Amino acid sequence: MSPRLAALRIEARREIPRSLLYVTPLLAVALTVLVGFALFLAMGYDPFRALYFFFVAPLTSLYGWSELFVKGAPLILIGVGLAVGFRANVWNIGAEGQLTMGAVAGGLVALAFWGEESAATLPLMGLAGIAGGAAYAAIPAFLKTRFGVNEILTSLMLTYVATLFLSTLVYGPLKDPMGFNFPRSRSFGDDALLPILLSGTRMHLGTLVALAVAVVGWVLMSFTIIGFQVRVLGQAPAAARYAGFSAKRIVWFCLLLSGGLAGLAGLFEVAGPIGRLVPTISPGYGFTAIIVAFLGRLHPLGIVLSGLVMALSYIGGETAQVEVGLPQAVTGVFQGLLLFFLLASDFLVRYRLRWRPLPAEPQPPARTQAAE
Amino acid sequence: MSLEVIAPVLLTVISAATPLLFAALGELVVEKSGVLNLGVEGMMIVGAVGAFATTASTGSSALGIVVGAGAGMALAFVFGVLTLTLAANQVATGLALTIFGLGLSSLVGAGFVGIPVAPLPKLAIPGLSDLPLVGPLIFGHDLLVYLSIAAVVAVAWFLKASRPGMILRAVGESDVSAHSIGYDVIAVRYRAVLFGGAMAGLGGAFLSLSYTPLWTEGMTAGRGWIALALVVFASWRPWRLLAGAYLFGGVTIAQLYTQGAGGLGIPSQVMSMLPYLATILVLTIIAAGPWKGRLNAPACLGKPFRPST
Repeated sequence: MSPRLAALRIEARREIPRSLLYVTPLLAVALTVLVGFALFLAMGYDPFRALYFFFVAPLTSLYGWSELFVKGAPLILIGVGLAVGFRANVWNIGAEGQLTMGAVAGGLVALAFWGEESAATLPLMGLAGIAGGAAYAAIPAFLKTRFGVNEILTSLMLTYVATLFLSTLVYGPLKDPMGFNFPRSRSFGDDALLPILLSGTRMHLGTLVALAVAVVGWVLMSFTIIGFQVRVLGQAPAAARYAGFSAKRIVWFCLLLSGGLAGLAGLFEVAGPIGRLVPTISPGYGFTAIIVAFLGRLHPLGIVLSGLVMALSYIGGETAQVEVGLPQAVTGVFQGLLLFFLLASDFLVRYRLRWRPLPAEPQPPARTQAAE
Repeated sequence: MSLEVIAPVLLTVISAATPLLFAALGELVVEKSGVLNLGVEGMMIVGAVGAFATTASTGSSALGIVVGAGAGMALAFVFGVLTLTLAANQVATGLALTIFGLGLSSLVGAGFVGIPVAPLPKLAIPGLSDLPLVGPLIFGHDLLVYLSIAAVVAVAWFLKASRPGMILRAVGESDVSAHSIGYDVIAVRYRAVLFGGAMAGLGGAFLSLSYTPLWTEGMTAGRGWIALALVVFASWRPWRLLAGAYLFGGVTIAQLYTQGAGGLGIPSQVMSMLPYLATILVLTIIAAGPWKGRLNAPACLGKPFRPST
C-alpha cells in the first residue's frame, strides 16, 4: 500500500446524512455552471454574457417563468414515473417512445372527434394518452416478466420504432388534407386543446396536473403498501422475496405507471404547446427525465425542483442561441455534465474521506489493525 | 439472382456490419470484466465526429481514425472514473455518457455538416482484387474492415488462451475472489473499459469515414444500443458476435434495398423499424429459448466493486 493511500482513507458511511443528500445536487449544478464557464470561454464566447442568457435572462420575465412550467411539466410527469421504477431497479429508459405513443393515441382521439366540439373530447384524450403510453410500456414489461428480456434494451429500441410509427402517420394517413403537403396532422379543434391558465403565456392545465401527480407520487411512495414494496425490492431483493412480494407484479406496476405518465406528458405536448401531431413531439424529454429523476433524488417532490432546473436548461439554451449565437447542442452537453457531476458527488454521500497521520514506524501488528 | 447482383449487396452488408462489430466487440470485453457500459452510443458518436472533424480539417484519414478511437476512449475514461473509482451506478453513468456524447458530438460537428471527405481508401491487392466476385468481396475493403475481423480473432484468443484474458474473466466472474488472490480488479476493469471506448470510437470512425463519409447529427441512430444487444445475442462469445453483427448488417441492408425497390407498398418508415424490431425479437428468442440456462453472462456484470482495504 502506498503511503499516500495510508494517509487518505476512504470509508463507507454507516448512515447517510440527509443534508448531504440534498446539498450534493446543488454542488453538481454549481460544478456544471463552472465547466460551462470554461466551455464558453474555450468556444470564444463571453462567458458572463452566455451564462447570463442561459441561466438568468429566462427568469427575468413572467413569460420566462411560465415557460419554465410549460417545459417542466413533461419532465416532472415522466421523472416521477421513472423514479418509482428506478427505486425498484426497473430501468425504463424508453419514456421517449411511450411519450410518442401517448401523443399518437390522444391525437387520434382529437382527430376522430374533429369538428364535434364536445366537452368529452379532452378527458377522452387524456385517458387515451395514458393508455397509449402504458400499453407501449407493457411490451417491455411483458417481455421482462415472461421471458426475462432486459427492459433497458427493449424499451429503448421501441423508442426508435415509436418515432418511425408517428412519422408514418403524419406523412401518410393523418396528413392534413389542407396542409400544403407538410408532414403534420390537422390542427386540433378548440375542444381538444388544453385550457391556458395565464393569458399571454402557454401555461396550460397540464402544468397543474404535473404538480398534482408529483404530490400523488409522493403519497404513493411514502404511505402505501405498493410504494413500500417498490422500495424494498430495490434495496433488498432477497428480503422482498422472503416477504412474498411478487417481483413480477412490481415490474408491471413500475412500467405501466411510468409509461402511462410519459404518455400523458406526450398528450399534453400535442394538446398544449403544439396543437397537432407533428413528426417530432419532444426535444428528448423522455431522456432528460432520467436526469431529472436522479437530480431529484428519486423523490417526487425533489423531482419538481429538478424538473424546473432542467426546463431552464432548455429555455436557456434557446435564449442563448438567439442572443449569443450559442449552438443548441450546448443544452445536451450541460445535461450530460450535470448527471456526471451528480453521480460523482454521490461518492461523497456514500463514502467519507479521512486523513490519518502516517504511523511513524509502521510495525506489522499496527498495520494489520489499520487495514481492518 | 446472379452473382454479379449479389456481390455488391454482400459488400454493403459487410460495411453495415463493421461499425456494429467494432462497438459490440469492445463492449463484450468490457462486460467480460464485469462492467456494464451503456454509453456505447455516446462513445460511438463522439468517435464518429472526432474522426470526421480531424479528417476534414487535416485531410488525413489515418489521423482521423486515431482521433476517433481516442475520443471514444476519453469518454470511456470518464465512465471509468465515475463507476470504477467512485463506484457510481453503472446504468445511470452509461446513460449520462450517451446523453453527453450526443450533445458534445452535435456541438463539435455543427461546423462540419455538409462537408464531404474522401472515403477511406480501399486496399487493393493487384491481381487478387480483380478476381471476379471474390476479388471485391474479400480483397476490396478498407483497412478498418480487416481490422474489425482481426480484432475478433485477437479478442477470441485473448479471452480464451492468454493469461491477462483469463484474469479479466476471473475479475468478471468473481471480483471478490480475484481481489483476494491479489489481482487488481479496478485496474483490470479500467483497461477493459478503455479498450471498449476505443473500439466504440473506431466503430463511429468507420461510420463517418467509410459507411457514409459525411457528418450528420445523431448519425449512429441507435447502433450503439444494437451493439449492446448483440453482446447478449452472442452470449458473450466473440465468434458468435461476428455472426450476429453480419446478420444485423444483413437486416439493415435488406430493408434499404426493399425501400429502394419501391418498398412493396410498405411505407419506408415501417421498413426502417426492422433493425430495431429484429433486435427485440432476437433478445426475446435468446432469453426464451431452451438454452436460457446457459446464457453465459459474467456473474459480476454491472455490480460495483470497491476493495475493502
